[in-house]
Amino acid sequence: MTSATPAVPSLPDDGLVAVVKRDCATCELVVPVLGQLVEGDGLTIWVQDDPLFCSDIGSIHDADLSVSWHHDIETVPTLIRREGGVETGRIVGWSRDEWQAFTGVDDLGPGLASFRPGCGSLSVDPSMTDELTVRFSGSSLHARRIELAELEDEMETAFDRGWTDGLPVVPPTEARVLRMLEGTTRAPDEIVTTVPPDLVDVTVEQVAINAVMAGCKPEYLPVVLAAVEAACTDEFNMHGLLATTYFSGPVVIVNGPIAERIGMNSGNNVLGQGNRANATIGRALQLVVRNLGGGRPGGVDMGMQGAPSKLGWSFAEREADSPFEPLSVARGLDPGVDAVTLFAGQGPIPIIDQLSRTPESLTRTIAALLLAYGHPKLIIGFDCIVVLSPEHGRIYREAGWDRARVMAEIEPLLVRGGADLVRGAGGIEEGLPAAFGEADLPKFRPGGLQFVHAGGDAGLFSSIIGGWVSGEKGSDPITVEVRP
Amino acid sequence: MTVVLDPTAGRAAEGLETVARLDALDGKTVGLLDISKPRGDVFLGRLEELLTERGATVHRYMKPTFAKPAPVDLRHEIATNCDAVIEALAD
Repeated sequence: MTSATPAVPSLPDDGLVAVVKRDCATCELVVPVLGQLVEGDGLTIWVQDDPLFCSDIGSIHDADLSVSWHHDIETVPTLIRREGGVETGRIVGWSRDEWQAFTGVDDLGPGLASFRPGCGSLSVDPSMTDELTVRFSGSSLHARRIELAELEDEMETAFDRGWTDGLPVVPPTEARVLRMLEGTTRAPDEIVTTVPPDLVDVTVEQVAINAVMAGCKPEYLPVVLAAVEAACTDEFNMHGLLATTYFSGPVVIVNGPIAERIGMNSGNNVLGQGNRANATIGRALQLVVRNLGGGRPGGVDMGMQGAPSKLGWSFAEREADSPFEPLSVARGLDPGVDAVTLFAGQGPIPIIDQLSRTPESLTRTIAALLLAYGHPKLIIGFDCIVVLSPEHGRIYREAGWDRARVMAEIEPLLVRGGADLVRGAGGIEEGLPAAFGEADLPKFRPGGLQFVHAGGDAGLFSSIIGGWVSGEKGSDPITVEVRP
Repeated sequence: MTVVLDPTAGRAAEGLETVARLDALDGKTVGLLDISKPRGDVFLGRLEELLTERGATVHRYMKPTFAKPAPVDLRHEIATNCDAVIEALAD
């Protein structure tokens, strides 16, 4: 079904226009005034509700409210002056002095009270706005309309049609999608990127539909769009990340003022539940991959156990009191720029250290946990992000260790002798080929370890977000700017 | 009545038809595609022995990484030169 947009009735090129409704005591009050003006230089009266209201002095019924909608009527009565086909002024409510000055007619409504505020226009009544938005803007959307039968439960039908990740989704009605699209300045039909595995060119509108379903608010949409763009780069390799038997999914880390502006959590329970933006931005990305890209568990998604983080994982960095510059800045963007960083990962894996009070000791703890990631005998193939807690971060901050210092101190701690890593060493068959037995080998490739600062004030723990196959063989982290 | 917008791309992935199964191996060319998982070479080496014993010519291929789709050129080369292909997924 495609809804046709009703034609916009045109107003007279010159003269006065009044918009009124019967269900408004002020409009009832000014009926004699309208009569005076009709007899004068000419007045066109549009009535929002009862077509008989003012019919004796000549009125037109704004039956579909298109005049009120397209001319932004917020209050009735509204009196508009038109000259040469354009509006040159408007007043609202009733004030004798104001109406007389506006119309140039003296002695308006002689028996009336001199002032009375107006009422809300029917076109901005909260019970009408969704319907009107769809009526007058809906046809700009391209997606196929699906009519649900009266007895069809809209939540159940989303499951039945395979649109959900296993949790309920918000039904993507036209009104909700139009509201979502107000969150971006980008045109609904702009192509965002090509989404694997089906390699579908997707539009802003299609991403917005899935963002609605994920539970996003309109102001999250720019972050979702940036995340979708970053995920679908060749370097990030969303196709491979989806197809792997491993645990990983796209992790979305947000930097810049937008995080606070849209209410993202970077504090208590930052990696957990309870914050709408954190919970829905990553989910929207995953629904895009599912519904538009065609990537589903049991299909191209071959996750062997998967991970709860694959429902969608997004969070903001706690920049304010971080010992380090923001992750996005470490990755090359300017400070203060809104950004998302996409990382192929899962977790979190806890790091416990409640006794270290020196940066040297804490660094050794973090290194010890990182060495074990995946398998203590496997190296280089996997990146990691350490989510540094504020209490651990304070130890670095008070010691004056910046990101470069921490990296310089931790790198030597992440090197292991090949003899301990080869197949069979330690009685463990997993490991490196024997040829590596003589070498000293780093756990991570250059740039394969990142730090981000997040969490609540209390708790001497940090965590690791473990990566998937890194670099050209798998996935590179991607940082992109969030555009409005 | 509720009207919702279709959140999908409105199309199914294109189905691909597989070629007819070989009725014999003798004189056929079989590609063995190693996806770069550990010990895929061991598995495919044994298959090569068994196929050669049965009169097939074997070509060995390797994906640069198991984590990405095979490059288009590689797929084209296999399709052009082989009557059948066996892909080793195993660790």
